[in-house]
Amino acid sequence: MTHFSRTSYDVVIAGGGNAALCAAISARRAGAESVLILEAAPEFYRGGNTRHTRNMRCAHETATATLTGPYTEDEFWDDLKRVTEGHTNEDLAKFMIEQSSSLLPWMEEQGVRYQPSLGGTLSLGRTNSFFLGGGRSMLNTLYRTAEKFGVEVAYDAEVIDVDLQDSRFRSATARIKGELVKVEGKTFIAAAGGFEANLEWLREYWGPPAENFLIRGTPYNRGSLLRLLNQKGVEEIGDPTQCHAVAIDARAPKFDGGIITRLDCVVFGIVVNNKAERFYDEGEDFWPKRYAIWGRLVAAQPEQISYIIFDASSLKLFMPSLYPPIKAETIGELGEKLGLDPKALQNTVSTFNASVRDGNFDPAVLDDCRTEGLTPQKSHWARRIEKAPFYAYPVRPGITFTYLGVRVNREARVVMQGNAQPAENVFSAGEMMAGNVLGRGYAAGIGMTIGSSFGRVAGREAAKHVRG
Amino acid sequence: MSAVDLLSLTKADQTHRSASLAEADRLMTVCNSCRYCEGLCAVFPAMEMRRDFTNGDLSYLANLCHSCGACYYDCQFSPPHEFNVNVPRVLAEVRGEAYQLYAWPRAFAGLFERNALKISLILAGSVAAFIAGFIAVHEPAALFAANDEPGAFYRLMPHNAMAALFGAVFLYALVAMTMGCVNFWRDIGEPAETLSEPRSIWQAIKDAGSLRYLDGGGAGCMNEDDKPDDNRRFYHHCTFYGFMLCFASTTAATGYHYLLGMEAPYPWYDLPVVLGTLGGIGLVIGPIGLLKAKFQRDRAMQDGARFDGDAAFIGMLFLTSVTGLLLMVLRATPAMGLLLAIHLGVVFALFFTMPYSKFVHGLYRFGSLVRYAKERRSH
Repeated sequence: MTHFSRTSYDVVIAGGGNAALCAAISARRAGAESVLILEAAPEFYRGGNTRHTRNMRCAHETATATLTGPYTEDEFWDDLKRVTEGHTNEDLAKFMIEQSSSLLPWMEEQGVRYQPSLGGTLSLGRTNSFFLGGGRSMLNTLYRTAEKFGVEVAYDAEVIDVDLQDSRFRSATARIKGELVKVEGKTFIAAAGGFEANLEWLREYWGPPAENFLIRGTPYNRGSLLRLLNQKGVEEIGDPTQCHAVAIDARAPKFDGGIITRLDCVVFGIVVNNKAERFYDEGEDFWPKRYAIWGRLVAAQPEQISYIIFDASSLKLFMPSLYPPIKAETIGELGEKLGLDPKALQNTVSTFNASVRDGNFDPAVLDDCRTEGLTPQKSHWARRIEKAPFYAYPVRPGITFTYLGVRVNREARVVMQGNAQPAENVFSAGEMMAGNVLGRGYAAGIGMTIGSSFGRVAGREAAKHVRG
Repeated sequence: MSAVDLLSLTKADQTHRSASLAEADRLMTVCNSCRYCEGLCAVFPAMEMRRDFTNGDLSYLANLCHSCGACYYDCQFSPPHEFNVNVPRVLAEVRGEAYQLYAWPRAFAGLFERNALKISLILAGSVAAFIAGFIAVHEPAALFAANDEPGAFYRLMPHNAMAALFGAVFLYALVAMTMGCVNFWRDIGEPAETLSEPRSIWQAIKDAGSLRYLDGGGAGCMNEDDKPDDNRRFYHHCTFYGFMLCFASTTAATGYHYLLGMEAPYPWYDLPVVLGTLGGIGLVIGPIGLLKAKFQRDRAMQDGARFDGDAAFIGMLFLTSVTGLLLMVLRATPAMGLLLAIHLGVVFALFFTMPYSKFVHGLYRFGSLVRYAKERRSH
């Protein structure tokens, strides 16, 4: 039997990640008396994909102890415009960026600690604040702070129904450890993430290839609340057939492999599909600018699998990997180990090697090592694959998050279908409404910015509504 | 699915001398592909300087770990996650094995197994020997004669005999622990020259003296759960500095005796007694706090096999200070003789078991800090 301290709360929050916690803390700070968090995951897995994050992108005027320089709101807006290719609500995006300026100190007030950018992420040292100990550490801190504020938390508590009529929320029903519990609320904040862990939906939107996708984050983002709100008349936003996917180690678990299954070595070798054929320019641009397209590229290959092939000279040029590379003394033997046609692989490698033009290899610049007369070409960092032992990493598409969400306004209130009126007492924050700001693409740390800024706004506005 | 089982091709090249080392290698490989914890302590930055982990590397990293617990609660892959990342526990296991491996002489390495029982037996035997010795040399009645004039202690045991016996056991402990450090240094493959770099040594003294890495990177360390409200740093300071003050007290008393010709017991305001009292108080509060923390610690992070031995060593320190303080307070009463025998027995057992107890953690940790100071400068 689940016992809450009361039958009705000022604020009921579905979800238990960064957005939900920022909303809960902010609601209490703004005067809401009672806040309840319903987290669908068990305690260890609480917090959705926040567990796997490591930094947050916020505008700031000057360098700090942990940030190497200023990052103005204008520059942030330029970056956001570029990565989304204009698929963003300019008003909301600029509002969020403005909010982000005060987020860093606000998070610090809640106990969150930062550190200088992690090794291997130098390009983010100016723009992104890294959490000391990573996302789960930051999440634990927010939970401790919420607890101090008297926020109640229920785990294994999935919201399966909401009483939402004429844009007014009255109660939520949660399945808590198998038992149905109904709880009333003066306001409701939906912060329960996307649907990337719902394998059925993935098949529905993307067909059979989805079978071979890996889910990088939490197994608990199943989109049930998204669908529920949509059925109750909340307007959707974002393309359900879009997701953010990168190429990750094919040996990773189906769910929750996190950041460590990533591979940074595409630019140092060639990538072949299961027919041992190349299919895209591996050296088109710097890896941070290209890693996000490889998820989609591999998804388009037969059986959604590919192999990064390189030789001994590149082994130590990239971040150490979770799983060791598969190793062989000859290309033919490597092909055999991978289950590829050894002759086809030898043929692809020797054709590639023959077309490499010597240059000055330099991973730090767009160098002049490229192929000639080869389709697709390799534009930079092309070196012959000839020095044994030879290595391979198998890769598959790994989904990070989905873009489908609910439409919100500046107060983080959800907008109803048809009349586009904001709901009276329903708010949303985090991945569930990220599509408002991020209709396409991604830039490191933006998910956390969306979660914290709209979470804080949602909590504040919910408290304001309760106080009348 | 691919026709090939790719996971079957996922084997590390390294071979290790134990399952704990193999597991530590696996964990360091996982952690090195993540690095979220690099701001928490010295272990992770030291790990990042490597791509492969030999037995010696893992021993170095394990001894660099202060068991602050922050990485366990901060980790998104700690149990029950299938990656099963439990750095504090596995590194504690590696440390435990290392203590045995480096023990000198090798024949005594077994003292680390069922450590608590063996330390207790040695303690009981030592105390009994002192009591029996006093009684054999004197009348049993002399053991219970009240007397607090200068030289009272030495009526029961001549000073030279006491100095010779304790000098010998102290020297033995010193030699055994030095040999252990030599074995450690060889195993981690660090050249002897490193020990002659004043900068590295001084950095390590500062880091060890302040327990710089027992604070979870500034957030505080964790012991029972994810709340960084652990006071082990404070209690360890009480213990360590208390121990050093007691040691200074003994040294001062020895100086008084041989250089100034002044015989113990000394008045309460005199240097050896002041140092000994302050040290004794620290060495009572510290071990109580550390023992309490040990019992409250999240079992998931502990190397269960070493729990008793660690507790026994802390208990030995506690007994040393308690019997010393009692001896000082009750030295003018008939209890003095018996208390002196017990205190000397405890101190003798402490020194004799030191090279085979948790005491050695400080030596190998200090060595690791020296190496880390050097590596940080050259990386």
